[in-house]
Order: sequence, then structure tokens, then C-alpha cells
Amino acid sequence: MTSLARLADAGFVTEAPTPAARAEAERAMIAKARRIAKIAAEHAADVDARSRFPQEAFDALKQERLLGIMVPAVQGGEEASLSTIAEICTALAQACASTGMIYAMHQIKASSLVVHCGDDPWHAGFMTRIAREQLLLASATTEGGGVGGDLRSSICGVIRDGDDFTLEKEGCLISYGAQADAILITSRRTPEAPPSDQVMSVLTKDQYRLERSHVWNTMGMRGTCSDNFSFAGRAPARQIIPTPFAEIAAQSMLPHAHLLWASVWYGIAAEAVARAEGFVRGEARKKPGSTPPGALRLAELLVRLQQFKGLIIAGLDRYERVRGDADELSSMGFVVAMNSIKVAASESVGEIVSQAFLICGIQGYRNDSPASLARLMRDALSAPIMINNDRILGNTSNLLAVYKHDPSLSR
Amino acid sequence: MKTKIREILKTTGKLPGDVAALADDADLYNAGLTSFGTVELMMALEEAFDVEFPDTMMNRRNFASIAAIANAIQAIQSENV
Repeated sequence: MTSLARLADAGFVTEAPTPAARAEAERAMIAKARRIAKIAAEHAADVDARSRFPQEAFDALKQERLLGIMVPAVQGGEEASLSTIAEICTALAQACASTGMIYAMHQIKASSLVVHCGDDPWHAGFMTRIAREQLLLASATTEGGGVGGDLRSSICGVIRDGDDFTLEKEGCLISYGAQADAILITSRRTPEAPPSDQVMSVLTKDQYRLERSHVWNTMGMRGTCSDNFSFAGRAPARQIIPTPFAEIAAQSMLPHAHLLWASVWYGIAAEAVARAEGFVRGEARKKPGSTPPGALRLAELLVRLQQFKGLIIAGLDRYERVRGDADELSSMGFVVAMNSIKVAASESVGEIVSQAFLICGIQGYRNDSPASLARLMRDALSAPIMINNDRILGNTSNLLAVYKHDPSLSR
Repeated sequence: MKTKIREILKTTGKLPGDVAALADDADLYNAGLTSFGTVELMMALEEAFDVEFPDTMMNRRNFASIAAIANAIQAIQSENV
């Protein structure tokens, strides 16, 4: 008997699930998310009106154990595919865009650990905790003092103190910072290091203090509670992720963020189209025998939605195909593709919701009708400025002195 | 070839440290090579060696060290003959 078989015999190692069993498990996760989306939908108007955290939906996500599903099986998670996680983001966002976006941001943070920290004892142990305790992860990558949204630049640095480190960061926007169980925070490797020589550290909520400096009061995405805080923390130095943040940002944050954000925005667009469809069906029933005037616009809208869907599916497929290939993930072609998905998706959502207004008319413009598009429009308008599209296009444009695109259809 | 690459690195790529002190296999990203610096470096290399890096070769590994750059250029040159 091999040692692995002995362990399996003793119940320590379970056999890898068959592809069919895995597909079944992933379908079950999506079904759970759709049930939770109903809870999110019930509270979406209140979350928006009061700019409050969607607590009910997150209580349910914890209860149904959907927060740890990206964690590898060896650390006790479900090791769900990115496509499944994207589908969950879409389902939640249809009901409440803030809920979908918080879930996406949490999974983007989980990806930093899952992709880069499997071999690191502390972080592997922390992933086990994420799966077991269903911890909610937040991100502190921005900073005051002129750094703003440039996540590849920090002012503050990690200060070593024996086996521990301390870190203080001013004025950083931390979405759901007050509700998170742990924060992944960027800083310079040392206070003297250049601004781009960054590390990412994981601190649990018992290891930091947050002082709120600005409350999130915005047009849309109001439930993300993206307040500004001053962060002060102290933790053992082994909680600093060994992989440089430059690599984390390029190889795992870039694709996860752009694909999952796009999935959230797709959820908003899909909900706008569903409301327009409901409106057109209602009109059709009022005058049987004639096609309502909005139906032509709706047919056009379905074309745009299909385009949007194709964009995300192709991006997810490309990522799943190359996820283990560091060369491809770090290639300019991949960066340009992911940047392009972000720009296209963030423009699509606003365009689709705008077009839906032409179909629903005054009923879409009202705040109190079943065809209301008001909250969807306000939420959609965040997309082009969530990492400003001009910044992203600027990053792509910096490559064009040497970049040549690959004209093939399949890569 | 490595000497020529080293010469190019002295003037492009905005490396903060002393290029002469870098080993052939030293990690250029750890030495401060940024993504913008990489683009400048690629331009200068394409010019100096009369090559064009195809899309498939424009990744982090091929520009990670002086030795890696030399290998990448040799690979393109051998395909061109």
C-alpha cells in the first residue's frame, strides 16, 4: 500500500472528484447563489436608500458556505472554477449590484492567496480558515497623499519589529472595511523602498484598527460601503505574502478583477433587459395582435446583451486555458485582452441600461415601478470609473510602441 | 550579444542600479525594471538586433535577465534564417 493510499484509507485524503461530480457540485453552488439572490433582491432598495452593507445576503452566503469556494480542496475549500464564481457574481448582481460587487471583490482577494500562497504555511493555514469560518476579505490597495487609485504605487512601508511588523496607511478607500474579517493591504517592502516595490500583507480584524475619515455617499453601488479609513496594524511578519505584489497584480488580480467585475456588470445589464422584456410583454398583452413599438428596440438590446455575454465567456475561457501558464499570463497579449474586456464591459453596461430606458419610457424612469431602471443606471455608471477607463487605455497605449496583436480567433 | 544587451540596458529601461554589477542571470525586475521600462528596452533591442519580438514572446520570462533576453533574440534569429 502506498503512503497516499494509506492516508486515503484512514480518511485523510479523499479521492479527487470525477469531472461529473465536480460539475454537479458547481451547479449546486450556482443554485444556492440564485436562492440567495432572492434575499438580496428583497433588501436591495433598502441597501441602496440607506447606503448600508447588504448584511442579509452576506449572512446567507456565509450560511450556505459560498465565501470559501475558490479555496483549493487541499485547504478544505471547494476549488470552484472561475466560471462558476463569475456566474454567482452575475446572479447576485441581478438582484443587488452592491452584493454582487462585494462578492466579486472578496473573491478577487481570495485569488491572491489561492494563486500565489499554496506553498506558504501561514497563508495555506489562513485559506483553511477562510473555508472553515467563511471569512470575508477586503482590500486596501489605494492610499491618500496623491497615490489615489494607482494600486502599483505605495507611500507607506512595512516596518519590521522583531518577528512582527507594523503598518500604517492613511486615507485608503476600503470597500466594506468595517464589515470585513480580514484585509489584504499593500505597502512598500520597507519604508525606504521605491514606491513600486510593494508587498501585500494579510491582517485579521483583531490585528488592525480602522479610523473612518470619509463616509461613502455616492450615486450608485451604495451598499459597498467603500469608506475611507486610516489603517494601523501589527502582525507576525510571516503574514506578509512572499510573492512580490507586482507579480500578484499582473498575474492574478488583473484577470480576476476584470473578469469578475465584468460579470457583475453583466448581471446589471441582464436585469435591465429582463425589466424591458417584462414591460414589452405587458404592452403586448394590452393590444393582442400587434407588436408593441418597444419590441424592435428590445430585439436590438438582445443583440448587445449577447455581445456582452460573448465577451465575458471568451475571457473566462482564455483564462481557464492558460491559468497555469505563467508566460502566457504575463504576456502583453493577455494584459491587453483583459484590459480590453474591462473597458468594453464597463461601457456596455451603461449603454444597455440607457437603451432599456427607451423601451420602458416613463415606467423605467420612475423609482416605484416594476420596470424601474433608476438604481440599475446609477450602479452602472460606476463601471467606467472603477479604475478609470482612461487609466486602463493609457496602460495599454504604453505598450503600443512594440505590441503587435495576435490575429488568430482562438488564442 | 550579452555585452551589447548590457550596453543597451545602461541607457534604456531606467534601471536604478549599476548595470555592470548585474550577473547575466540576475532578475531585472528585482533590479527595478518596470513594465514601461520593458517596452523601452524591447524597442531598443528590436532596433539594435534588427528583430521583431512576436506577440507570443512578449512575456515576463523572456525579459527577466540578460541571459533570457539573449536566448529570446537567438530564438528569433534562428527562426529567421
